Amino acid sequence: MLKGMTRLVSRVHKNCVIFILEQCRGSCTYGCLPWKRETSWLDPGRFSHLGTQAPQCPVAHLDNQVPTERTRAISRTLENDPAKHGEQHVGQHYNISIQELKTVFPHGLPPRFVMQVKTFNEACLMVRKPALELLHYLKNTNFAHPAVRYVLYGEKGTGKTLSLCHIIHFCAKQDWLILHIPDAHLWVKNCRDLLQSTYNKQRFDQPLEASIWLKNFKTANERFLSQIKVQDKYVWNKRESTEKGSPLAEVVEQGIMRVRNATDAVGIVLKELKRQSSLGVFRLLVAVDGVNALWGRTTLKREDKSPITPEELALIYNLRKMVKNDWQGGAIVLTVSQTGSLFKPRKAYLPQELLGKEGFDTLDPFIPILVSNYNPKEFEGCIQYYLENNWLQHEKAHTEEGKKELLFLSNRNPGLLERLCAYL
Amino acid sequence: MAAPSVSCGAAVPYRLFLAGRVSFAREQGLWKAAASGLQTGTRCQILRLKHSPAVTTTKNVAALRRESYTVDFIKKQIEEFNIGKRHLANMMGEDPETFTQEDVDRAITYLFPSGLFEKRARPIMKHPEEIFPKQRAVQWGEDGRPFHFLFYTGKQSYYSLMHEAYGKVLHAEERQDQLRAKGLFSEKSKSKDLIGSRWLIKEELEEMLVEKLSDQDYAQFIRLLERLSALPCDAAEEEFVGRFRRTVTVQSKKHLIEPLQYDEQGMAFSTGQGKRKTANAEAVVYGHGSGKIEINGVDYLLYFPVTQDREQLMFPFHFLDRLGKHDVTCTVSGGGRSSQAGAIRLAMSRALCSFITEDEVEWMRQAGLLTTDPRVRERKKPGQEGARRKFTWKKR
Repeated sequence: MLKGMTRLVSRVHKNCVIFILEQCRGSCTYGCLPWKRETSWLDPGRFSHLGTQAPQCPVAHLDNQVPTERTRAISRTLENDPAKHGEQHVGQHYNISIQELKTVFPHGLPPRFVMQVKTFNEACLMVRKPALELLHYLKNTNFAHPAVRYVLYGEKGTGKTLSLCHIIHFCAKQDWLILHIPDAHLWVKNCRDLLQSTYNKQRFDQPLEASIWLKNFKTANERFLSQIKVQDKYVWNKRESTEKGSPLAEVVEQGIMRVRNATDAVGIVLKELKRQSSLGVFRLLVAVDGVNALWGRTTLKREDKSPITPEELALIYNLRKMVKNDWQGGAIVLTVSQTGSLFKPRKAYLPQELLGKEGFDTLDPFIPILVSNYNPKEFEGCIQYYLENNWLQHEKAHTEEGKKELLFLSNRNPGLLERLCAYL
Repeated sequence: MAAPSVSCGAAVPYRLFLAGRVSFAREQGLWKAAASGLQTGTRCQILRLKHSPAVTTTKNVAALRRESYTVDFIKKQIEEFNIGKRHLANMMGEDPETFTQEDVDRAITYLFPSGLFEKRARPIMKHPEEIFPKQRAVQWGEDGRPFHFLFYTGKQSYYSLMHEAYGKVLHAEERQDQLRAKGLFSEKSKSKDLIGSRWLIKEELEEMLVEKLSDQDYAQFIRLLERLSALPCDAAEEEFVGRFRRTVTVQSKKHLIEPLQYDEQGMAFSTGQGKRKTANAEAVVYGHGSGKIEINGVDYLLYFPVTQDREQLMFPFHFLDRLGKHDVTCTVSGGGRSSQAGAIRLAMSRALCSFITEDEVEWMRQAGLLTTDPRVRERKKPGQEGARRKFTWKKR
């Protein structure tokens, strides 16, 4: 019954939750979908292995071109446009130029990946199944319907963040407006200065985080900021205010320059974007990494050492409004991760466990997409990519036994494989 | 079964031994002397009247130095032991006729359970021969004249043994010369009796001769024996040499290899158990698989986030080159992360033994994969801060 949902299937997971999707997304109709865990191999299109693999001896390259070309055929593809990626590209890396990287991803890439990009001097992302699936849904979205929420979940190190980046790249190419929060966990912990919010006395401001985010947001979406017009008048303080009809860029500037008002600027941006995307001027992609931070606990405390709940943080409050599916003209792609989460057990990776009851009810209904370890083809592709870049220096690295060892030790987990290869 | 106190050993009067000498000749076997050379001497058992005022203690001080048991005393002990064994068999409800020493040991551990760590301190009931140390009888007669002609060397049994062995060497060389002269000499390989056996070690030789030896003495003796065995010998000489050799068992043959079991689907599997420190593990290795390992229901990647532990799990498979070929399901409890990994490794290796050839089992044993690691936590001693660490030494 579901075109795209045929892949979502196999065993009913133990935390099976039946959620009903009322909306139809294009040609896909989702009926009662039990919460099923995907068995399809999801590629962590990440080259998250910033492993220090011993560089292959250059002699191997000079020897014959044929093996290298064959390995290139396995590990790389020339198709650099995510829109054209298909099943045949699973396990292959595609290139993103450095300029594009700077514009599309001012923030949001995992730090190890950034290091790898710097080392290899190129940014290559692996095409994997979950990302392909999401791309398929996004291509067939019906923008008249309310935004559909997609949740990428999986165990640690399987490649959720890089899948998200793949999607973001696709949407950027398709000229969507990207609202990317790189890690929501950063907003609920380790905040040095919490101010009482100017807008609402009950809430707290986080000027630093907000201003950093605004800067990155500006870099990512320059061209839109001048087109979108604000529809309300906003008074910042006695001397400054933004008139109705002025471009959004002004609000962002205000937030960047006046750090005290940064949080409010973020709130305004979110509100305006939500309002205006329904009008159909542009398409909005809301991408949040670590969305389970919005409903968890924080480690922040007030002056009297009493803990703060996430709702009392203005940033989180506005973000929650964004993640609700009461607007049209875009999509919401979320990731739940345990890595930065607070007070969650290490082995928890299911949305139910990580979001908690409140979060789950708020996000319900959504489409879950499981990201799991590499399948053999992807594993092979990843190893070949490293070998090509002379990252694996160990003499056994390109032999079959060496590959088997790596396979065993990492159990095909992309993150682990990357860290392992760092030592080779 | 109480150990008799030595001081009240039956003391036969000094004079009686003359009469009893002949009858005691039979008991020579009880009293240990040199293995060879003391054929002739009718040894007399030492009978020291310890508490008799008539005998002064200035004589034979050397014999008084060690506790000495009379033949009567030992014989009585043996009789008591046998009777006690029968009583014990009756107590345990077993047949007294077929009550072996192992049954005795088992019965004693059952009746007298002991928690002492030192096994030698626990209650035992063994034949008096094993309990009472072998002793030398007095080597001189009533006139003070020694029986053995080598007595004044100090180590009479050792030197008499060397004398005999050298005599045999000369004899064998003479025979060899004769054979050569006749032209019937042929090279015979002597290696067959040397394989699978080893020479006596010094302690064993000392025990045999009931004499203290030095290292050089021992080395000299072994060299002489090797020289003897290199020559063509006849049966008597071979038997002489054989007295000083002990067999060496091949280690790996002790290891039992379990046969493969098959479950309902016809998949071959094998179980193994392993221990390390306080961790116990049981592993079930399936014949065909893709290299998945499940521990307590959790994937091994999640159970052992540390790479070192996963490397331990990889070792047996990598050693046998069977990395992706087996599936494993195991349960483990106790210990910490490293000891659990070690226990699982041992269990997996033992289970894998059923799938591989004997040679590979031998290689695994030599690689140390099949040995339980005997290291356990050492106890803390009083007066020290830890097992080895002493308290900080302060000069004043």
